[in-house]
Amino acid sequence: MLLVRDIRKSYREPDGAVLPILDVPHFSVAVGEQMVLMGRSGSGKTTLLHILAGLSQPDAGSVEIDGLDITQLPEAGRDRFRAAKIGYVFQTFNLLPGFSALENVLLGMTFCGRKPDAQRAKDLLGRVGLANRMAHKPHMLSVGEQQRVAVARAMANKPRLLLADEPTANIDAHHQQIVVDLLRDTCRSEGVALVLVTHVDDVAGQFDRVEKLEELNRTVSGG
Amino acid sequence: MSLWKIAWRSIQQRGLSSFLTGLSMALGVALVAIVLVIHGVVSRSFSEAAQGYNLIVGAKGGKLQLVLNTVFHLSQPIENIPYSYYEELIPGEGAHKGGKLSRGVEVAIPFCLGDSFDEFRVVATTPEFFEKLSYGSYGERYKCAQGRFFKGQPWKEWYTAVVGSVAARQANMKLGQKFPITHGLPHNVNAHAHDEVQFEVVGILEPTGTPNDRAIFVNMEGFFKIPDHAKPVPKGDAHAGHDHDKDHDAHGAADKQEPAAAHDHDKHAEPDKHEDHDKVGHGKDAHDADKHDAHDKHDAHDKHDAAAMPPGDSPAAKTAPSDANKHAEPDKVHDADHEAGHDTGPEAGHHHDHHEKVDLDEPLPENQREVTAVLVLMKENTEGLTYSQVLVRDINKGNVAQAVFPTKEVTDLMQGMVGNLRLILLVLAVLVVVVAGIGVMVSIYNSMSDRGREIAIMRSLGASRGTVMTVVLLESILLSLLGGVAGVVAAHGLIGALEPWIVGQTGVSVGMFQFEMTELILIPGLIGLAALVGYLPALTAYRTDVAKALSASH
Repeated sequence: MLLVRDIRKSYREPDGAVLPILDVPHFSVAVGEQMVLMGRSGSGKTTLLHILAGLSQPDAGSVEIDGLDITQLPEAGRDRFRAAKIGYVFQTFNLLPGFSALENVLLGMTFCGRKPDAQRAKDLLGRVGLANRMAHKPHMLSVGEQQRVAVARAMANKPRLLLADEPTANIDAHHQQIVVDLLRDTCRSEGVALVLVTHVDDVAGQFDRVEKLEELNRTVSGG
Repeated sequence: MSLWKIAWRSIQQRGLSSFLTGLSMALGVALVAIVLVIHGVVSRSFSEAAQGYNLIVGAKGGKLQLVLNTVFHLSQPIENIPYSYYEELIPGEGAHKGGKLSRGVEVAIPFCLGDSFDEFRVVATTPEFFEKLSYGSYGERYKCAQGRFFKGQPWKEWYTAVVGSVAARQANMKLGQKFPITHGLPHNVNAHAHDEVQFEVVGILEPTGTPNDRAIFVNMEGFFKIPDHAKPVPKGDAHAGHDHDKDHDAHGAADKQEPAAAHDHDKHAEPDKHEDHDKVGHGKDAHDADKHDAHDKHDAHDKHDAAAMPPGDSPAAKTAPSDANKHAEPDKVHDADHEAGHDTGPEAGHHHDHHEKVDLDEPLPENQREVTAVLVLMKENTEGLTYSQVLVRDINKGNVAQAVFPTKEVTDLMQGMVGNLRLILLVLAVLVVVVAGIGVMVSIYNSMSDRGREIAIMRSLGASRGTVMTVVLLESILLSLLGGVAGVVAAHGLIGALEPWIVGQTGVSVGMFQFEMTELILIPGLIGLAALVGYLPALTAYRTDVAKALSASH
């Protein structure tokens, strides 16, 4: 379902020096598979997720999702592809503050090019336990509730791949488990592949497959 | 969820900033709307005020001045023209073949100007002004809100007045009120009151939305009787006024001048001729001559009693043929003047000598009469259309008077000075809107640094660069349009609130719901401006580095 080949990414530092960030020769995820990607701070986890989501372009290599190399798509094509096929959950939830919980979910549908499905948005919020909080704006929700809205939003367009970047980093242990369960359950029920980035061993321990970025990324491993 | 809603939510999110930005836009647009509406109303009022007749004939001088003081009751009257000149413009009727200049003329209405009451100008004219002329683009007829128009006869009607709506309200004039008029225009330090002759308000006009709302119309015959208003006559012409022959058949040549010493004493000696005294121009001096004929003294006494009573109350007034004994009993005449209600103190300048005697029922001889202007309505047929040009040419060729097309003068004025003034005001107002537009730009642009994360979130959800750019542009358009609509509403609300004051001050009627077609330009204009000022922040949104913005939010 997801196949990464020889992707490299580097940044240019202010003094002009080139700083290599990623050099991943191979990485793949099967349809509906759930995996954890672990790595220490600065190991390039977020950069890798941005490339997988088509938010940034690698300097080289390919990212195939359902057989389509998204690195070959123009930016607008990647945007459309992302809206339709990829869900993204952020560490800081990234809900839009001016919008209610329901509107945040609907917003995820707006850019997909299809008519937003309000019923699905409500169903999703009901599944994450926020049926009675739909009209609440983010600042009226707890952090755990905010993250649940973020999960519902990421699932809004029935994506093929869900990328979760440290989704439990800002919440307490109790809510961590709720969010992890939620992600796993919803992905399982919708047949969505899940790549979850975390540095929490307890979270990683719940997944069958755990990859360490230090091992995948040659710029870190020195391989 | 539509992009409009996303933009609106963004505006809501920055409530105070959005409100202040919208307010500045509203103020700018309100200014433009007010300029457009006021100018439109003033233009229409100017144009409509000059409707209802085709030409103005007056003394040689500035054309615009003639129009301004005749139509708009502004500026100083130029000079007077002989009454005989006015007579040349009077069209024929029945046996009367009409004046030499009357071809194609439907009606000619004299105006005598230069006097005032309180803050308002007095216009002395004939009843035909109300009966035969209209006003406005749709030819509305003058109507009285209270009372009636004054009439030509009997002589008591000569001392009656019809007051414009604004003048009546502001000067608190009521039906039946008597007032003297002041020789001179309002605020003229040399103006002086004429207490010898008082006019009774018999009618108050319905509002017309024209400068006539601020005028006081008095019967011209009474106006002539005010001492200063009689043109001095050379001694040789002392008896000139009374010429029945002239009255009957001498509405003749334009160069006709008053024949000297035309008074026929024998005619006055015949009692049956006295009926004519009410209708034709008897000379005062001529009647002074009559007094030596030792008329029936009882009649004369009756007449003085009539003078002592308010006009309309005297049964003897109609029949009193002359004032043969008044010089013999000057105190009685004087008392009569006072009893007639001349108790008003001087309001401006000096008082006239109260011992000056006025023959209330004697029309001023024609050779002592002058008019300031004549309003000429041409016939609505080919003859009228053809001869209006001929008439203007002929009159302007001579040395006595000039004729002008008031609508042309008004149009020239509007397109010239007033048009430029409007342009200047509009440019200033548009500049205010542009500054407000820049305010919108600054407001949105400043918010972009805070909104980088929002834009990045939208991008991560699949929004393209174009989409986020569109959202920012829509935000700018919404803010400008809402401010603009609020501005238009505020402008019309303000106009509505100030309407009574504007009408009171200017006589120009402006309505809250009086919209100008040019205001429609405001909408596309604002959208264009909003798109322009929104472009820079929208470009910033377009260029947002999503990965960097998302990383920064971690």
